[in-house]
Amino acid sequence: MSKFSQLLQDVLRLCIKYYPMYFAGMKNTVLLALVGTVLGCMIGFVCGVLNTVPYDIRDPFRKRVLVRIMRTIIRAYVELFRGTPMVLQAVFIYYALPYFTDGAARFSSVWAASILVVSVNTGAYMTESVRGGIIAVDPGQVEGAMAIGLNHVQAMMYVILPQAIRSILPQIGNNFIINLKDTSVMFMISFTDFFAAHRGVVGATYLYFPSAVIEMVGYLTMTLISSFLLRKMEQRLEGSSSFELVVADHLTLTSGVYRNPASGELFIERNRDYAGKD
Amino acid sequence: MEKEAILEVRHLSKTFGTNPVLRDINFEISEGDVISVIGPSGSGKSTLLRCINLLETPTAGSILFRGRDIKELGKDVFSYRAKVGMVFQSFNLFDNLTVMENCTLGQIKVLHKNREESEEYALQILSRVGMAPYCNARPRQLSGGQKQRVAIARAMALNPEVILFDEPTSALDPELVGEVLDVMRDLAEQGMTMAVVTHEMAFARQVSNRVVFMDDGVIMEEGSPEELFTDPQNDRTREFLGRYLGR
Ligand SMILES: Nc1ncnc2c1ncn2[C@@H]1O[C@H](COP(=O)(O)OP(=O)(O)OP(=O)(O)O)[C@@H](O)[C@H]1O
Ligand SMILES: [Mg+2]
Repeated sequence: MSKFSQLLQDVLRLCIKYYPMYFAGMKNTVLLALVGTVLGCMIGFVCGVLNTVPYDIRDPFRKRVLVRIMRTIIRAYVELFRGTPMVLQAVFIYYALPYFTDGAARFSSVWAASILVVSVNTGAYMTESVRGGIIAVDPGQVEGAMAIGLNHVQAMMYVILPQAIRSILPQIGNNFIINLKDTSVMFMISFTDFFAAHRGVVGATYLYFPSAVIEMVGYLTMTLISSFLLRKMEQRLEGSSSFELVVADHLTLTSGVYRNPASGELFIERNRDYAGKD
Repeated sequence: MEKEAILEVRHLSKTFGTNPVLRDINFEISEGDVISVIGPSGSGKSTLLRCINLLETPTAGSILFRGRDIKELGKDVFSYRAKVGMVFQSFNLFDNLTVMENCTLGQIKVLHKNREESEEYALQILSRVGMAPYCNARPRQLSGGQKQRVAIARAMALNPEVILFDEPTSALDPELVGEVLDVMRDLAEQGMTMAVVTHEMAFARQVSNRVVFMDDGVIMEEGSPEELFTDPQNDRTREFLGRYLGR
């Protein structure tokens, strides 16, 4: 039992003395994971949509070649960044600049380098998730969109992605949680995240285990809160399951009237809030 | 008085791999036409409509829209598709949008109308198909017949010059077929140009002014419903109708 009270004491001591370091580390970890995931998602959406651009023999030769080249590049990008460890990617990107320029150019901040690595890495995974999500949407939806004259990007924006997002959102959540943990390798390029705080503290105190306990609890807190928030978001997205009939004389409503006297806003789906309030 | 041709299909062929699905198809859709396309399963009826809408690329031949080859449309293919409406067997309504939004999306994005105008027009069209009270509903909340009526409204909202229907009632429970056919009959009476792939022989006979019988990728026979139903010239037509009409 004395071991445990000793541990508690050590942990408390570390907390009291070094909490600014731990908190600063945590803040950087969350910020890097957040920015990296958001930028990674943007990359993923762009690459995923580009990857599904259809082409056929009717298209001009130039377009066909362009689409093929684009797909090849995206494929290579995905394979490269999914197929190598992020820690290596970080080192690779960080030291490539000074190596090729004989030290003349280097990343001005580890933030820039870290964000680049995390977002490009996340982008590779998200590209596949987005492509999968798009493909999983009923092909009839694409045909419906084509049949009314939408182009590929419009069909994606207004019809396909809003439906694909249901299967993509959990992937975004996964990636965010993975990033919270995996950004811990960024100490390799001297990024001061939560794990770097641990290295700093034990360097000064040699209290390896108590600090590791703090790290464990810290990471778990961050990931659990994220899971909780992500689940809330998913529920939000499920939306309403009921609607109200609009009971009124529709022909009077076609003559420039936009507010149904009986039921308020005619064109706003009022049941939306309903799902949020329950 | 000669009616003006909207669509002319010339020597159209379509091959999937080595499987010839359409072979040297020639026919025309003129203003005010209501054309029924009938024929056994697998005869290429859907493929024909899909080629006209450029959902499939023809292997050979040409399709002229108002005299212009649709192969050469370039970027105009999007506004062409709006002018040639399509109603699918499986509805293909946008599941993420409300009934109203289904009917305004194309108006806003393809015809570049503003939201107010689009909603006003969509509401008029939805009332015509009896779906205005459901404008806030989502497709999954509707019955099959209601979905198909919305799908018709979605096509109509773009003011198409012709609407292509691919077995619009085949996915419906028998008791829901009537409501959709009624809407289509209304459209026909109001002068809408339509080409309808259908197994509803009564509809083909009563509503259309021309019936096309397809078999094995070829138009076997074409004529007025009177001619085709009472005095079919082709053996295959006779056999097919015999099976359908129980003669
Ligand atoms: N994408 C495709 N790839 C290969 N073959 C196809 C494709 N689409 C259709 N086919 C083939 O083309 C033929 C004609 O199909 P189509 O759907 O046009 O027939 P249909 O007359 O509409 O039949 P149904 O009454 O059953 O709808 C069929 O043999 C079908 O297998
Ligand atoms: Mg078919």
